[in-house]
Amino acid sequence: MSHLRTELRQRAEELVGLYPQRRSAMLPLLHLVQEQDGYLTPEGITEVAELTGTTEADVRGTASFYDMFHLEPVGRYVVGVCTNIACLLRGGEEMLAHASATLGCAVGGTSPDGLFTLEETECLADCDRAPVVQVNHRYVRTTTPELFDALVEDLRAGRRDHEIPPHGTLIRVRRAGGLHADHEEIVAQRASSRAARDERAKESQ
Amino acid sequence: MASLDTPRIVSSRWSLPDSHTLSRYLDSGGYVALRKALTMFPEAVAAEVDAASLLGRGGAGFPAGRKWSMLRRSAISYLVVNGDESEPATFKDHYLVEHDPHQLVEGVIIAAYALQVSQAFIFLRGEFALGLERVQQAVNDAYEYGALGSTIFGSSFSLDIVVHPGAGAYICGEETALIEALEGKRGFPRIKPPFFPAAVGLYGEPTVVNNVETMSNLPWIVNNGGAAFAALGEGRSTGTRLFALAGRVRNPGVYEIEMVKNTFRDLIYDPRLGGGIIDDRAIKAIIPGGVSAPWFTPDLLDVPLGQDEVAAKGSMLGSGSIVVLDDTSCVVRATWRIVKFFSRESCGQCTPCREGSGWLERIMYRLEHGGGRAEDLDLLLDLSDNIAPGLTWPPQQTTICVLGPSIPSSIHSAITLFRDDFVAHVEHGSCPHV
Repeated sequence: MSHLRTELRQRAEELVGLYPQRRSAMLPLLHLVQEQDGYLTPEGITEVAELTGTTEADVRGTASFYDMFHLEPVGRYVVGVCTNIACLLRGGEEMLAHASATLGCAVGGTSPDGLFTLEETECLADCDRAPVVQVNHRYVRTTTPELFDALVEDLRAGRRDHEIPPHGTLIRVRRAGGLHADHEEIVAQRASSRAARDERAKESQ
Repeated sequence: MASLDTPRIVSSRWSLPDSHTLSRYLDSGGYVALRKALTMFPEAVAAEVDAASLLGRGGAGFPAGRKWSMLRRSAISYLVVNGDESEPATFKDHYLVEHDPHQLVEGVIIAAYALQVSQAFIFLRGEFALGLERVQQAVNDAYEYGALGSTIFGSSFSLDIVVHPGAGAYICGEETALIEALEGKRGFPRIKPPFFPAAVGLYGEPTVVNNVETMSNLPWIVNNGGAAFAALGEGRSTGTRLFALAGRVRNPGVYEIEMVKNTFRDLIYDPRLGGGIIDDRAIKAIIPGGVSAPWFTPDLLDVPLGQDEVAAKGSMLGSGSIVVLDDTSCVVRATWRIVKFFSRESCGQCTPCREGSGWLERIMYRLEHGGGRAEDLDLLLDLSDNIAPGLTWPPQQTTICVLGPSIPSSIHSAITLFRDDFVAHVEHGSCPHV
């Protein structure tokens, strides 16, 4: 019995099929678990171990290396505030302190209503809109405290649901099918292409 | 004044509405280069890239053509695109994937054809949620349009591209760490030698890893010829380049300008580019090429923006990011934050980096926040010397990858250039600016 719901299980199997080795699907699969559960649940980790042919310890050990994977529950919205150099020079630390006060939680914590988790991030690569804020890894470009507070109001009221899905949903565009080019076809193409190239090289000598 | 009359090679569509869509891409000359490339022999396409002398746009600046020719001796291989863009204050690839994903996809298909690889992977950092969606949509559209998949545009060339999301780890920008992540493991850089994935890469097979911007240049190079690209810029730095300008400037942003023909001063002060410093303050320091790079002071504003030109002055053009600190910025605070970044992002494999970054961070923290001691300056330099012996540039290698030995460069720069600021912090007991 799959822990992932039918549609996500199907996507998971498609993902595994995209790679020459199934372990390669590890990171995309972990994102899928977060899409369903909001964080990496033990059941989800078990399923990723099964799908990748690894162990739960291996999956957990891999996942814990990456900042975007959460082994504990987080809010519906994970708010990331950058304080790295470009943001530091334009009020990143002040923005982080403001976010903490507005949301009513410490950095790394979750708001009392369970809706928001606040994180201090490293550079998010949007430095011309510093200080940079992301919600669920989407740029929200709230560069002032006022804009940030308005965003929080909007999120609470569900007014940004169309652009900011709940935490864990990373890529809403689904890949159109598995691999399109047949493996045998590619092997044959490359062999004949190499032969032709070698022939040309011989001629030019 | 900056010289801005050169063509925009990779950013030409950014101002167009819906620039990320297939229809806009086709309206503006999209996939013409791929059709042309498919009529050429693969080695002729590679020869154009060689002729362009395109230097890799990721940070190391290795010639793309040479990376490719190392591979051509071997049989089976993969193409991996590095879109992990995580170097602090670097945000050009962010723009490329969001505003012109088809240009990237077309570049990848052209490169794959030139290299005759079996499969290509586009690795994008996980924090690019919109970028991931746009590149995935572009790949989907390319399949439907016939530019990707089986027998592309009726040729005898087939290719699959897989869009692969990262999950938040700076070190995955290091190409062997990226390959590990793509294999579903922790992003641990691999021990060298072999130095290049072209020898042993993804699944142990020959692999080329190229940056997003490098790939995005290829459609133009195929359309216009490598010679036209090489005619731009000067010396080894050919073509144009995206510069990400951030910090205390009026107009931070990504600007595509011709290599070498413009200087730091042009980029920072030209009203069409950076527009000068906020409130017309004075520049205190410039961090070129990412936070691994040694800093510049304002007396170097007239250095041209070229790879060798910046290297000749003891720093690097790196990822093309430029951070400006003005006379209101605290250099001790800036240095502390940079070291904190390295400490958080060290993968933990090598002792000098794992332990050294944390020690440096804690000393920098007390200088900035209270409790700094006069002897801390020498302690910082001594520790730094243990991570990168001699504190040379480029640094001596003591670790598996270059992250570790890059850590001390900001500390070394800041103490050398602004020792008085550090002393003031010690005497004041914490940051005098707060």
